[in-house]
Amino acid sequence: MSQSPTDHTDDAPPTTWKKGDPIAAEGLPTTTGDSIVGRTVTINRPAAELFAYFRDFTNLPRFMENVVSITPIDATRSHWVVKAPAGRTVEWDAVVTDETPDRVIAWTSEPGADVANSGRVEFRDAGARGTVVTATIVYDPPAGIVGKIVAKMFQREPAIQARRDLRRFKQLMETGEIATGSFTRKQHDEEFA
Amino acid sequence: MRALAWHGRHDVRVDTVDDPEILNPRDCIIKVTSTAICGSDLHLYDGYIPTMQAGDILGHEFMGEVVETGPKSTLKKGQRVVVPFTIACGSCYHCGKHQYSACDNGLPADNQDIAQELYGQPMSGLFGYSHMTGGYAGGQAEYVRVPFSDVGPIVIPDGIEDDKVLFLSDILPTGWQAAENAQIEPGDTVAVWGCGPVGLFAVQSAFLMGAERVIAIDHFPKRLALAKRFGAETINFEESAVYEALMAMTGGIGPDAVIDSVGLEAHGFFVDNVIDQIKKSTFLGTDRAHAIRQAIIACRKGGRVSMPAVYGGLVDKFPLGAFMEKGLTLKTGQTHVQHYMPALLNAILEEKIDTTFLISHRMDLEEAPQGYKMFHDDQNEVTKVVLKPGFN
Repeated sequence: MSQSPTDHTDDAPPTTWKKGDPIAAEGLPTTTGDSIVGRTVTINRPAAELFAYFRDFTNLPRFMENVVSITPIDATRSHWVVKAPAGRTVEWDAVVTDETPDRVIAWTSEPGADVANSGRVEFRDAGARGTVVTATIVYDPPAGIVGKIVAKMFQREPAIQARRDLRRFKQLMETGEIATGSFTRKQHDEEFA
Repeated sequence: MRALAWHGRHDVRVDTVDDPEILNPRDCIIKVTSTAICGSDLHLYDGYIPTMQAGDILGHEFMGEVVETGPKSTLKKGQRVVVPFTIACGSCYHCGKHQYSACDNGLPADNQDIAQELYGQPMSGLFGYSHMTGGYAGGQAEYVRVPFSDVGPIVIPDGIEDDKVLFLSDILPTGWQAAENAQIEPGDTVAVWGCGPVGLFAVQSAFLMGAERVIAIDHFPKRLALAKRFGAETINFEESAVYEALMAMTGGIGPDAVIDSVGLEAHGFFVDNVIDQIKKSTFLGTDRAHAIRQAIIACRKGGRVSMPAVYGGLVDKFPLGAFMEKGLTLKTGQTHVQHYMPALLNAILEEKIDTTFLISHRMDLEEAPQGYKMFHDDQNEVTKVVLKPGFN
């Protein structure tokens, strides 16, 4: 079933392919799963600024709705706590697998993760339009009952979640804040809880 | 505070609700001094717009006094401002090109999903106009939270009364952009469908841009009389056949540019309109669009179509063949209000443009539900309702 990337004669990014093996084509580890999500957004700020903000993983919970906390362990490893349905959380340690300053940051979960996953974010200079940011995430929904709950989040949600998270990242970088339709502080706190 | 809230079709009420608070650094809070009911508010009133929730505060034409500012707001307490109905960040690529209604960041991230699916990309936020435009509380209230207050609101000099500048918030720039989108050349004949506020401002703007003749089309005698006041010729579609009249009045050529400022509310005794209305009540999806069809058929070959009218979904029987064969150009879109405000404020201060003629009724905010009913039921007499908190 799996075809080599060379079967494609067009220039479309692998995450938009209808056939073939986009994970291999993206160079992401298949050991962390067989589901892939790709999202691209253009942010009207320099790549260096975006990279620096993103590379400090402690910033990510500010715009990633499901991420509760990311705690650095050492220069390349960090501990992630992520919201799951029914008030649960899932956790894993992640290690940076690729890093080119102002260009690329990639990570993968270490063995024993509640939800195996890996991701890569690329920052490509787009001149007057700013920077094209592409996020690609590969994940492996686990088996079992807990797995089913988690899968619910990780199979249906990641595409929407990644899109919304990237929009919030863009808002924060371009405007210095995250847009809200809330009216009172109380509503706002509930919205971002 | 008191605010006009939507509760369902033909059900709006003035409720007591929490006061808005500063939530983001660039926010400000204004105390509303004047706010108008827009023709497009009637789309909400009639239940045409999806993603409304009971309790949503309406109103996107408003002005007032700054009473609170976030740390990144550039406004000062006590300043009088008119607020654009489009919520735009001023920092994204589109805002940089002054395409404010195409702002990337005006909508909360979660509210962008619907427009992303429906339109391909999310648009700017709008005040008081359903959750697919951000779920922002509107200005028919005593107080409003105004996001991006450092780029949106325009400061009004002292001594200029509200009624002269209030319409900078929406309908004046919308009428102006409609005429600009018609790409008027000296000597042109321009036909305008709909003599509501936007149509009437489009008539005024078209003449200011060099149109030789403007032909205004409506069925409300009072509105046609207002268009005539600005020098337009008129066609009452209940008395005369529009296409035939336009051909006769333009020597068989057709108007050089046509402007549809009717949109969703198109009235007309035509089969396609009735079918649209049936679809509307059964499937909630197809916009009624008689005016734009008629405008395209009447427009001269190689002419321009400008469409300030609001459409939200899909349209049946759009005359794509006529559009292609005649080589027409269509320009449309929500208004880039922030782009037009400074020049139009100057035009008002220099008395080149008058907007106060439009106001037929001034009422207290508490009377807003009656204002909606009057505006909805009698569009001949009621040309514009301005609500003022504490008016009585």
